[in-house]
Amino acid sequence: MERLSGEKEQSVEAFGWAARDSSGHLSPFVFSRRKTGEEEVRVKVLYCGICHSDLHCLKNEWHSSIYPLVPGHEIIGEVSEIGSKVSKFNLGDKVGVGCIVDSCRTCESCREDQENYCTKAIATYNGVHHDGTINYGGYSDHIVVDERYAVKIPHTLPLVSAAPLLCAGISMYSPMKYFGLTGPDKHVGIVGLGGLGHIGVRFAKAFGTKVTVVSSTTGKSKDALDTLGADGFLVSTDEDQMKAAMGTMDGIIDTVSASHSISPLIGLLKSNGKLVLLGATEKPFDISAFSLILGRKSIAGSGIGGMQETQEMIDFAAEHGIKAEIEIISMDYVNTAMDRLAKGDVRYRFVIDISNTLAATRS
Amino acid sequence: MAKSPETEHPNKVFGWGARDKSGVLSPFHFSRRDNGENDVTVKILFCGVCHTDLHTIKNDWGYTYYPVVPGHEIVGIATKVGKNVTKFKEGDRVGVGVIAGSCQSCESCDQDLENYCPQMSFTYNAIASDGTKNYGGYSENIVVDQRFVLRFPENLPSDSGAPLLCAGITVYSPMKYYGMTEAGKHLGVAGLGGLGHVAVKIGKAFGLKVTVISSSSKKEEEAINHLGADSFLVTTDPQKMKAAIGTMDYIIDTISAVHALYPLLGLLKVNGKLIALGLPEKPLELPMFPLVLGRKMVGGSDVGGLKETQEMLDFCAKHNITADIELIKMDEINSAMERLAKSDVRYRFVIDVANSLSPP
Repeated sequence: MERLSGEKEQSVEAFGWAARDSSGHLSPFVFSRRKTGEEEVRVKVLYCGICHSDLHCLKNEWHSSIYPLVPGHEIIGEVSEIGSKVSKFNLGDKVGVGCIVDSCRTCESCREDQENYCTKAIATYNGVHHDGTINYGGYSDHIVVDERYAVKIPHTLPLVSAAPLLCAGISMYSPMKYFGLTGPDKHVGIVGLGGLGHIGVRFAKAFGTKVTVVSSTTGKSKDALDTLGADGFLVSTDEDQMKAAMGTMDGIIDTVSASHSISPLIGLLKSNGKLVLLGATEKPFDISAFSLILGRKSIAGSGIGGMQETQEMIDFAAEHGIKAEIEIISMDYVNTAMDRLAKGDVRYRFVIDISNTLAATRS
Repeated sequence: MAKSPETEHPNKVFGWGARDKSGVLSPFHFSRRDNGENDVTVKILFCGVCHTDLHTIKNDWGYTYYPVVPGHEIVGIATKVGKNVTKFKEGDRVGVGVIAGSCQSCESCDQDLENYCPQMSFTYNAIASDGTKNYGGYSENIVVDQRFVLRFPENLPSDSGAPLLCAGITVYSPMKYYGMTEAGKHLGVAGLGGLGHVAVKIGKAFGLKVTVISSSSKKEEEAINHLGADSFLVTTDPQKMKAAIGTMDYIIDTISAVHALYPLLGLLKVNGKLIALGLPEKPLELPMFPLVLGRKMVGGSDVGGLKETQEMLDFCAKHNITADIELIKMDEINSAMERLAKSDVRYRFVIDVANSLSPP
């Protein structure tokens, strides 16, 4: 097993899988993590979901990847060590760690429990910790995190299918609440039926909201309607269907990250409707000012959620029995999983069984 | 045989219209309907010149029905009222704005949001429910259903109050709807023209801190000393733009040409809102990272309903808010349009219709 020279040695050895370059190919990687600080917990990783962001980052699509890169920000684990000032957790607690592991804690966003919008928020992986070390994510045996940035997993929530809630779940829950798309008098459209989209359908139904899945093909209509319980399925490439659905939605959550036109989506909105963009699309969208002005429509963005809201979302999911549709994989399947994810070939989230399959890959 | 504009309706009317996309306006004879049971006939005193008038006469948006008589910032005197009219009597000073008709029975109309009614018809360049074309305020008079006529408050001057009927409501409505009325919050006004200068005045009346955002420093002194803006930001000054990042709760973007949204979005705080009111003929580029990283929003807004327009007029009367205008004669309209195209007006032309419109 290689140990990269020149890397600052920390106190505790760690093992995971990393990519070394923008090919994104992952392989075994020995590294180290810091000692558990006073307000930190050490978490033995049980499961880690594979988010599309992991793939974007592995391939350096956002031009900010630092290699070697250990992805993973949908982490479910068990507390194995607690710092002396930790009050939220006990040894053995099941916890989740999501997309951020720190923030400035003093700005308006941090004070209003919106750490995700802090301009100094630090990402769970590929972010830089205060001591200058690179953060490595959840495709590893353990992680160390400040207690503020971990959430408790209620015992009623099955662990493996809870993993995707830490990113996909909060990414859908937060905008539905913030933009008022909850309740029986609301109709929400969800564009794209992948990791985020499918969880969004489940949250929407738990909120009592009418939900229509908008997809470019008919392939997932049975899943959407029968398995996930969506009220409708709209094929965006079918002109007649799109025309009939114009002006019917109070809000649309667009999870698609690939380049696409949003003008037809604006047409689906009722007056005062909101289109919420989540997908990390690099190319700007072309919008006609008319399409927003006629009908007082708006386009907003949203990104994950703050820690308090993430806990609220987890508790809500436990109460309503919301879990992700997942395919559990072993660590050594991860490169194949990434290839399949790139083609959208997963129903609907891969989750790596870390605790049972990672150690075996260490030779 | 198809009826000509002059014979389409029983009452001959004189105005100025454009016949083609050169946009040149000239004397035009047409006709208007009899005053119906629900109608008010308005003898026009003044009519503001809105940038929409310019876009329309040049067919910038591709749907102008020539010949077109523009004008939707109309102030005048009611000379006839139909027998069902309860809100107005002859001799009342009234206004007519951007909307002259709607279905009056849909959800939007029921909520006093006639501006969002799918069958809403504009005061000019639109087809009315009887299939005939609407002609606007660059003319002697206009006949409008009472629902679409506004009472003009006593202390609001007819000439400098006229632009409120479009410019005023266009900025007032989104400021109310998107919550820009909390005293102490920071509003950026991008573009200092007809809409922008009224937005500064209304913003100050709401108790907001107001920064004018402009591509040149030409209007800085006026913005601060005359309009009451708190500060002025030149977009071509990189250092000042950098210092202003993440400082504004809202931006009212009145710029009528295609322009970059990215630098404006950067000025917004987290959860900030940019309301795009300008209508360029080409699409705007919307980068999504700034939206996602700060839960920011870009929204539109389209004038306001009639109830809200009346509320806006009363608000402006109460706070002595009027437009800064340059009064022109009807036959000066073409050079006014040329100057408007270059933003060479402080800040709205208003046509002195009653004193300068005379048939040849």
